[in-house]
Amino acid sequence: MTTAESTLALAERGEPFPRLLIAHAAARPDAAALREKDLGIWQTITWRGLRDEVERIAAGLMAEGLEPGQHLALIGENRPRLYAAMIAAQAIGAIPVPLYQDAVAAELVYVFQNAAIGFAVVEDQEQADKLLEVAESVPGLQRIVYDDPRGLRNAESPALLSFDALVDRGRTLLASRPGLLDECAGRLSPDDVAAMFYTSGTTGHPKGVVHTHRNLTMTSAAASKMEGLGPDEDVLAYLPMAWIGQNIFSYAQWLVCGFTVNCPESAATVTNDMREIGPTYYFAPPRVLEALLTQVTIRMEDAAPLKRSLYRRAMAFAERVGPRLLDGDRNVSLGDRLRYRLYDGLIYAPLRNALGMSRIRVAYTAGEAIGPELFRFYRSIGINMKQLYGSTETAVFVCVQPDGQVRADTVGPPVPGVELRIADSGEVLIRSPGLLREYYRNPEATRQVKDDEGWYHTGDAGYLDGDRHLRIIDRAKDVGKLAGGALFAPKFIENKLKFFPFVKEAVAFGANRDQVMVMLNIDFEAVSDWAERRNIVFAGYADLAGRDETLALMRECVEKVNADLAADPVMAASQIHRFLVLHKELDADDDELTRTRKVRRGPIADKYAVLVDALYGGRTEQFIETRVRFEDGRIGAVSATVAIRDAKTFPAATAAGEGGTASRRPAEAAA
Amino acid sequence: MTRRTIGDVILAAEGVSLSFGGVKALNDISFDVREHEIRAIIGPNGAGKSSMLNVINGVYTPSQGRIVFRGQPFARMHPHQVAMAGVGRTFQNLALFKGMSVLDNIMTGRSLKMKRGILAQMLRVGPALAEEVAHREVVERIIDFLEIQAYRKTPVGRMPYGLQKRVDLGRALAMEPSLLLLDEPMAGMNVEEKQDMSRFILDVNDEFGTTIVLIEHDMGVVMDISDRVVVLDYGRKIGDGPPDEVRENPDVISAYLGVSH
Repeated sequence: MTTAESTLALAERGEPFPRLLIAHAAARPDAAALREKDLGIWQTITWRGLRDEVERIAAGLMAEGLEPGQHLALIGENRPRLYAAMIAAQAIGAIPVPLYQDAVAAELVYVFQNAAIGFAVVEDQEQADKLLEVAESVPGLQRIVYDDPRGLRNAESPALLSFDALVDRGRTLLASRPGLLDECAGRLSPDDVAAMFYTSGTTGHPKGVVHTHRNLTMTSAAASKMEGLGPDEDVLAYLPMAWIGQNIFSYAQWLVCGFTVNCPESAATVTNDMREIGPTYYFAPPRVLEALLTQVTIRMEDAAPLKRSLYRRAMAFAERVGPRLLDGDRNVSLGDRLRYRLYDGLIYAPLRNALGMSRIRVAYTAGEAIGPELFRFYRSIGINMKQLYGSTETAVFVCVQPDGQVRADTVGPPVPGVELRIADSGEVLIRSPGLLREYYRNPEATRQVKDDEGWYHTGDAGYLDGDRHLRIIDRAKDVGKLAGGALFAPKFIENKLKFFPFVKEAVAFGANRDQVMVMLNIDFEAVSDWAERRNIVFAGYADLAGRDETLALMRECVEKVNADLAADPVMAASQIHRFLVLHKELDADDDELTRTRKVRRGPIADKYAVLVDALYGGRTEQFIETRVRFEDGRIGAVSATVAIRDAKTFPAATAAGEGGTASRRPAEAAA
Repeated sequence: MTRRTIGDVILAAEGVSLSFGGVKALNDISFDVREHEIRAIIGPNGAGKSSMLNVINGVYTPSQGRIVFRGQPFARMHPHQVAMAGVGRTFQNLALFKGMSVLDNIMTGRSLKMKRGILAQMLRVGPALAEEVAHREVVERIIDFLEIQAYRKTPVGRMPYGLQKRVDLGRALAMEPSLLLLDEPMAGMNVEEKQDMSRFILDVNDEFGTTIVLIEHDMGVVMDISDRVVVLDYGRKIGDGPPDEVRENPDVISAYLGVSH
């Protein structure tokens, strides 16, 4: 325990990451730092082992000519060697830049040019091939180090170097320069740049967010202290390293607290690996939680009638009692407590176990707003799911819900050390030790978000409620008005729709218009399963999306949302009047979503302008042809005639009675 | 990217003929396969491709001619002996144990290499346990190689067809063959699955140096991945050479597209 306190104390002073690694290796050399499932068996890397590996990699990178201040790209899934390479680069004083592994070469070219990246450490052939393509237009890219040699044995490019060869070079250099890691780490300052993250860029080119060691370690330390995180936590690293949420959670906090990070075997095995590891500290964006719930719902739909009715009854009860128990409410009756225990044995505990969430002490969701029903589902079965608020620019932690003060509609009070103020425009302003130093080579953009007094302009609209909990409404620029003057918050409406397992994506239109209209994407897995059970025959995605039965199903979802909106006096005017179901899935490759799968409203409105016009023009169907980009980069066209349907809306006053707020549990929606 | 060096002839068909009653399935076919190469046998339906593979595999005995494998001629050999000699194969219609897991299915590919008795294996004692651990490691490497970790414990019958084909390949790889016969590895697959399978075939060839003889319908795939191609039509050989050459061959074009007589 004393060791954890000491690294936490180091981190609170803003000590650089490599020194935290050295401290862990000295204090707890044989404790597990990383685990990776390889050949079906979890392999452990100890803190001492990691320290030595980092030293060899740092020496190898030095021998290859990586200089302090240079950028090094990291691309791949969560692999121990990429983590080690990140610390190694920081030890030298170079700046790691984690990038999304599913970005296509053309997207990477901009980043490589912008940051003048000369070195890259990648996971495998797929990434190496991509970078060789990038290197054609970025001559400065001199070295591509790859971890998995498969498919690259006969590759000829002089830029390629295997990880093993890099480590060998490091070993050779170390023979003449022992103690290299200590020497390098000693030279670092808390105000050196620790890492650069590219923002997903809902508009224009991505921007490089520059963070110093102090930014990241102090913020992580404050949050870890607040949650009481220690060296005994287990974490599953399954989200992209390029996303700052993942990086803070399984890199920064890992080195601050000294817990164990577990790397799954492959992206497809995450559910299984999660069950095996049983993480105690968990971080998931709403879309992951949504996918898990969809899976549960689908399985329950296929279960025997008796089990199904038991599940429904237990879940209805859990929704009423579960969150109150988790919040430590003393007014829960003894009878309810006993009944919860009983259902816990029958339903909740096995469900938590199936989700791999049996051991979770602290779970966060962030990245975008979460549907209140989705959030409540996890809390009701006894998982301490909490919301937090932050962004790449703030090193994540701005607001966190403390235990016992968790509410679905707020993101909690500011974390210790964070100052928060609401501007007159309703925009949330932040000042904290975690604020970005700057946008890389973009002083103009930096000035736009960081004012002279050091306040960061988040771009989110929100307000602090009576308990000083922050409540976010939407992006400040997205919150608009309907032509009638009523508030229009598209994200709010979209999230309500996306909570239905059948709806994958939703895009709402309505700013400066009379009425709200939406475009929907079906969740192919859930809807095809639903269709199969009803013997509805379909040929593929586009066909299923366009079927009358599917449209009727979507109409039901839309109308339930309308009933809900009608119950809220502020939102009643935002009820959805007409909707359509798109013939293709919105895709990041077609610039319709960001890489973190957020809807890019502007590009979608442009691309589907004919559909928007048809929605507002009162047409019942519309022909459209769109270009799509396949995974291998080829471009094709898909065309379809998209049907447009009206949805029932409710008068603001009466709907509250019949629609009810609690009427939209997933199990019922699916029935 | 360079190709691995292609070695000497390891397998040769010399004047092979095969008849079923009055039907001549194969008529005086000769060709050779060099070490480390990917050799394709193509032809329209009923050309005799699968028969040719079955002759190499020892399932059929040729009525004339012989197969020479690593300098060793044989006209009559049991499939078991062929397998012992290091020839593995996959099947067009899959021959997997549907109720068994992926792991167990691939493990069956190791049975030729298992030394311990059935009783010791059942009890998992002493050397049998050590042996199983060693075999399991080989199987795990294959699972890793074919990227089917998520399905390790899934019964094969519940998996999509494209993945079952991959398991079939895995089972053949488990015997660590030096020559691998693939019977229509891409049949019934969609474009993406075909691309994946092509990648795996190239990787097997590249990583393990396995010589590959494959039968395939899809001309595009064959032309992309093979070093040399044999073309059969009605049991006769009508073309043999590198893909580009075969593509230009008028006999091949007429066999595939038909000509007006």
